[in-house]
Amino acid sequence: MAKRYMNILIPLIAVLLGVIAGAIIMLVSGYSPVDGYASLWNGAFGELYYTGETIRQITPYILAGLAVAFAFRTGLFNIGVEGQLIVGWLASVWVGVAFDAPKFIHLPLAVIAAALAGGLWGFIPGFLKAKFRVHEVIVTIMMNYIALHVTNYFIRTVLSDHSDKTDKIHDSASLAFSDAMQQMTDYSRLHWGILIALACVFIMWFLLEKTTKGYELRSVGFNQHASEYAGMSVNKNIILSMVISGAFAGLAGSMEGLGTFGYASIKSGFTGIGFDGIAVALLGGNTAVGVIFGALLFGALKVGALNMPMESGVPTELVDIVIALIIFFVASSYMIRWFIERISKKEGK
Amino acid sequence: MDFIQILSIIVPSALLFAAPLIFTALGGAFSERSGVVNIGLEGLMVIGAFTSIVFNLTFSDQLGGSVKWFALLAAMIVACIFALLHAVASISFRADQVVSGVAINLLAVGLTLFLVKLIYGKGQTDMIQNAFRKVDIPVLSDIPVIGKIFFANTYYTSFFAIIVAFIVWFIIFKTPFGLRLRSVGEHPMAADTMGINVTKMRYIGVMISGALAGIGGGVYAESISSDFGHATINGQGFMALAALIFGKWNPLGAMGAALFFGFAQSLSIVGKSLPLLENIPSVYLLIAPYVLTILALAGFIGRADAPKALGTPYVKGKR
Repeated sequence: MAKRYMNILIPLIAVLLGVIAGAIIMLVSGYSPVDGYASLWNGAFGELYYTGETIRQITPYILAGLAVAFAFRTGLFNIGVEGQLIVGWLASVWVGVAFDAPKFIHLPLAVIAAALAGGLWGFIPGFLKAKFRVHEVIVTIMMNYIALHVTNYFIRTVLSDHSDKTDKIHDSASLAFSDAMQQMTDYSRLHWGILIALACVFIMWFLLEKTTKGYELRSVGFNQHASEYAGMSVNKNIILSMVISGAFAGLAGSMEGLGTFGYASIKSGFTGIGFDGIAVALLGGNTAVGVIFGALLFGALKVGALNMPMESGVPTELVDIVIALIIFFVASSYMIRWFIERISKKEGK
Repeated sequence: MDFIQILSIIVPSALLFAAPLIFTALGGAFSERSGVVNIGLEGLMVIGAFTSIVFNLTFSDQLGGSVKWFALLAAMIVACIFALLHAVASISFRADQVVSGVAINLLAVGLTLFLVKLIYGKGQTDMIQNAFRKVDIPVLSDIPVIGKIFFANTYYTSFFAIIVAFIVWFIIFKTPFGLRLRSVGEHPMAADTMGINVTKMRYIGVMISGALAGIGGGVYAESISSDFGHATINGQGFMALAALIFGKWNPLGAMGAALFFGFAQSLSIVGKSLPLLENIPSVYLLIAPYVLTILALAGFIGRADAPKALGTPYVKGKR
């Protein structure tokens, strides 16, 4: 069977299996799966307000997904998106609070700060991998916790006076819609960040598919030894890839800092966006355009889930279970592939 | 406050925080020695913590004071079964072991919170009444000086963990089973040629890791948090994984690292009441274990060699 066809079929089957498993769990726990999924759909798209919120949620998911996918394409596994996102969030809010400038300077500055902070957080595992051959998975996990504790410390002592959140950012650094625009989605928190996210989708596609550097990065991911032999610097490309990946993740943080919330607060645990980004990238087949679809699905699931307890009594965590199972099925795509091949062979006979 | 007094505050507290890490890291040793990466330790701990708390709350009246030990047993069994998911995906279905582990973590948190809401109708369980409490270990705590530092105001689980670490070391390095387990993680094809069932050994490795991580989670829940909610096991599994790597995949090394991490964790909590440390911002103590792990990995504390076949699925007949 054609590989391209398979790349679309496997995620679809994985999603289907995840949804079916979710239905079974609801049945076993005494809920109606029909009501459950109906309330999920209504919560994601039922009203303009909900649709706005869904798109808002999709925004950081796209960027987190791009971050994971970019690293994946270059042969690296960036589990550190969560940490890079948190430092990006903090950096953007910091710039948003500390400075005062006209909007056309202030806002880009805040966004760039987030990308730089995320990039720096990605540089460290990239550097260690290139220099000392340390596996990036473990380093990025450790960097996540360091990011969590360090940003909490900064929020508590530097950016506020022992409070658990920072001041609101200045309007000149905000991504929020104007009043008239907010009205369109019934005052949801939808903001301009979605344009930045879509622009980044284009940037990633262009960078990887249309430039020499992108070819080099992909080639290193494909076969390090061959790339080395062809005269490419593997180490430089590993570092560059982690920095770009981290920058995408940092931007995802700025979506929360400058768009959704407008401040940064002490966190007792992770936001989860970075980890969901892994699922988004996997579902999207690690392509820029695929990430949009992955983000769409997970954004709708997450926002729709909030409506489930009210309308059908199903706890929101059901959606987390479904998402985890989808990742599981995508990861085990060998099983799905084996199944498809058996079926298609039988038909061929 | 004299030095002995300070030690008698820090040491028991360090032992308390180290116990869950030791159990979980030992579990990780079984899985990774067999060649299967287990990032899912965190999720397995979550399952253990959840099971032990629910068991403890449910059977507290019938079983009385011994309920906490039975709860640990239940946590062990349930987490062992849960680990089967990771085993099936990463061994039989050749899934990317890291991705599968991430899925295990997400699934564990989602599933347990779902069940907590289903059973108790709220996001967090009640506090358990029969938790592991501070004890003075008989006889040993009467030893002058040392007894007061190590064996007074401490927990049985800490010493249980240390004993298990020595047992695990013996199993992995001194028994035929351990040799087979290690050979499967180093060179599965050679092991296969010698008639060792690679798939079976790896399944066993992952399931033992589930069992021990389940105990780790149970110990954490029943001695430190006393209830179960979304933030109960916040990164403990990853810390245990770090301890395993820091300890170079050696059970005793992992135990040493876990004791050190426990020490670091307890400092960030009891540090405020101690002279000298009260002026150091707690953030340094909080991030110390993670920074040290990175430094260890970068080779500043001595090179760590992972099992050679770690992370690669074994496909029979393929070179």
